[in-house]
Amino acid sequence: MKKFDKDRLLLAAAGPTLALISAFVLTMIVLAASGVDPIDPLRIMIDQAGYEDVQVLIVNQAGIYFLAALAVAIGFRMNLFNIGVDGQYRLAAMISAVVGAKVALTGPLHILLIVLVAMATGAFWAGIAGILKARRGVSEVVSTIMLNAIATSVIAWLLLPKNLGVQPAGSNDLTTGDIPESGWFPALSLPGGDIYGFTFVAFALGVVYWFVLNRTRFGFDLRASGASESAAQASGVEPKKMIMTAMLISGAVAGLTGMPLLLGESHTYNLSFPLGIGFTGITVALLGRNNPVGIFFSAFLLAFIDKSSAGLDQNGYAKEIGTIMQGLIVIAVVVSYELVRRYGIRRQQQKVGEELAAGHALKTDNKEVAA
Amino acid sequence: MKILYGMQKPDEGTIAVDGEQVSFSSPADAIARGIGMVHQHFMLADNLTVLENVVLGGEKLYGIGSKARKKILEISDAYGLGVRPDALVEDLGVADRQRVEILKVLYRGARTLILDEPTAVLVPQEVDALFDNLRELKAEGLTVIFISHKLGEVLKVADDITVIRRGTTVGTADPKTATTKQLAELMVGSELPTPETRESTVTDVAMLKVQDLRLAATDPDGVVREVLAGIDFTIHKGEVLGIAGVEGNGQTELIEALMGMSLPDGGVITLDGKDISTAPTRKRREGGIGYIPEDRHRHALLLESPLWENRILGHVTEAPNSKRGILDPKAARKDTERIVREYDVRTPGIEVTAASLSGGNQQKLIVGREMSHSPKFLIAAHPTRGVDVGAQAQIWDAIREARREGLAVLLISADLDELIGLSDTLRVIYRGRLVADADPATITPEELGTAMTGAARGHLDATDNPSAAADGDTTEDEAR
Repeated sequence: MKKFDKDRLLLAAAGPTLALISAFVLTMIVLAASGVDPIDPLRIMIDQAGYEDVQVLIVNQAGIYFLAALAVAIGFRMNLFNIGVDGQYRLAAMISAVVGAKVALTGPLHILLIVLVAMATGAFWAGIAGILKARRGVSEVVSTIMLNAIATSVIAWLLLPKNLGVQPAGSNDLTTGDIPESGWFPALSLPGGDIYGFTFVAFALGVVYWFVLNRTRFGFDLRASGASESAAQASGVEPKKMIMTAMLISGAVAGLTGMPLLLGESHTYNLSFPLGIGFTGITVALLGRNNPVGIFFSAFLLAFIDKSSAGLDQNGYAKEIGTIMQGLIVIAVVVSYELVRRYGIRRQQQKVGEELAAGHALKTDNKEVAA
Repeated sequence: MKILYGMQKPDEGTIAVDGEQVSFSSPADAIARGIGMVHQHFMLADNLTVLENVVLGGEKLYGIGSKARKKILEISDAYGLGVRPDALVEDLGVADRQRVEILKVLYRGARTLILDEPTAVLVPQEVDALFDNLRELKAEGLTVIFISHKLGEVLKVADDITVIRRGTTVGTADPKTATTKQLAELMVGSELPTPETRESTVTDVAMLKVQDLRLAATDPDGVVREVLAGIDFTIHKGEVLGIAGVEGNGQTELIEALMGMSLPDGGVITLDGKDISTAPTRKRREGGIGYIPEDRHRHALLLESPLWENRILGHVTEAPNSKRGILDPKAARKDTERIVREYDVRTPGIEVTAASLSGGNQQKLIVGREMSHSPKFLIAAHPTRGVDVGAQAQIWDAIREARREGLAVLLISADLDELIGLSDTLRVIYRGRLVADADPATITPEELGTAMTGAARGHLDATDNPSAAADGDTTEDEAR
């Protein structure tokens, strides 16, 4: 049986490798075509990653991407495309920031409250799309995109000083007020800067994700629904309930995406809270094949591209090279994974045929696993 | 077959058409050489007309307008196919659809026709009509390759017979002198398995009771139609109840209602004394319903998952697959190996995906899985469809054995020999109603076929004069 496992591992690695190589080659072609030296920007980016402060930035960003990607991956595993992670995350960050600033509790409880509020808000926002899909069959792709736009408007309105917002003196920023220190998550101090403590919670969630999906009944039902909705239904999964549950969990994890930043650095939700994390999360989840280890590495890769491309500006290159690279990765990933998948299926069918012809079948009288 | 049609490349060997050696790398090459294939599963677009379906992909031949229509009518008349170019495919019956498939192939200039299990979905009368068509084709000088596991039919229609077993030619026979028995021996290397169940194991303990099951559905034209109308039956422990019927007469809906995949409008379902009318699918499965669905790819397998995960499917809450909500992959793997052994699933291992197994082996795995949870009641829909003869016998054996141990079985099948052979009681479903019942000991496939078209009602008795029932109602089905 080892042979098939090794095959599968090789094929699993082939997809991302193929995607990354082609994405980098394509980036160089784009650079060359626009009259820029194709190698130098890449070299600068790699140099950037050598600095300690950039490394800390990369780790912090990777934790955030990791959470966003987990949220997306939960949906992907059952064929739900939650594009709304971005809206869910921003709304959750904002509401939990408001609650965090309004209450005073002892340390861990304060943090716990903020986290729970964030999860509930994210789940609520995703749940709207879930109900629409389960009850009325509205595509979650459409509804979550719309909910992103609505979230933007709702946040802008809530942030007005006459509602929940606060305008710090001498600034034209709008915030939700500062969370008292009891609601700050302890950080890991390094020479290059502080690593958000919540980053470690994020990576631990990856383990939980793996366990729930691969070792629980619920996870099996979820994966079965993703693999074949009709077979899952016949096996006893209630599709509507499953859609709702998956959407709620996905939203709750999306709600956590803002936590590293909120609890570790900003301690308030303001106008400069990052946009588009949810969309990068989709790239990360795709590249990581919805697998926690894969997501871990691809979160670091994307964080690296993000943070090290910032240094391109000072060297006379456009930092948008990083964005181009990310876009090309998405395309390359989709194409190469499908190619590898088809090849894998065909190859296995062929191999099984060969093995059977060679008489290696599991025989009635043979208790050992053949092959 | 796949090689002949260019879907797969041979490792070795040659194909010669008209004495000329050829090699195909795609179905298009095969078509260019005059080889056409009629698949077991029809490849037609339901919402297009016959004309549109025929020209689809062959637009360059005769255009899409009047020239194409003329050609279609010409072919249809030449071979007596009786195809109406402007009918919507979704309005056609199975037999008509098959004729459209044949026409499609002829339209592309095929001189050699491959028919893969063409009779699997037809009732005996339709089979006869198909054979008439084939004889017409033959008379016009075309070559037909007829692939079937129904030996009687092969003997009836073929001029020359080649028997293939496990990928090699094991013999040839002359249909004029050969008997089904000889053919069968060639085919399986031993005597042909018959679905016959000898001693009755029917008890008087009711296992499944269905009372007044009703379901209405709105079809695309907005007409409300009764899909299930007052279905009533009881299956006892150790009894196999066979349901005969042309496909699309409510069988699928009946199964879905029994499995809890769709809730009926009314009626009571009682399993082993417990009312399960509103229970969710999982509760019903846990309560002892086994399910061999008609479409195993859609309803019984995760094709891209390994065999052991497929063994969990449908029984994720039951031992040995999980304990208190946590999966037990080790135990599930071990039990999969047991199923593979006991049910003779031909596979190199349990980590391969379900998609890489042949249909028969997939089905054996499914049967093994469903039987492993000692069901009280088994729904077997077309349990041997698309399954080779060897696997067929094993599946029949499994059902028979479980029946001896008190299993109640609902058998739905288009294979009338299988229905008659396995069932203790036979009912005929027609337009959502159980219109007739019959004794499998005396009924013939032909009589059953007549009843399936709605032409006969009530109790079918072999000794009765069938003319009382055949009142010209048969045309009604074709008009549909």
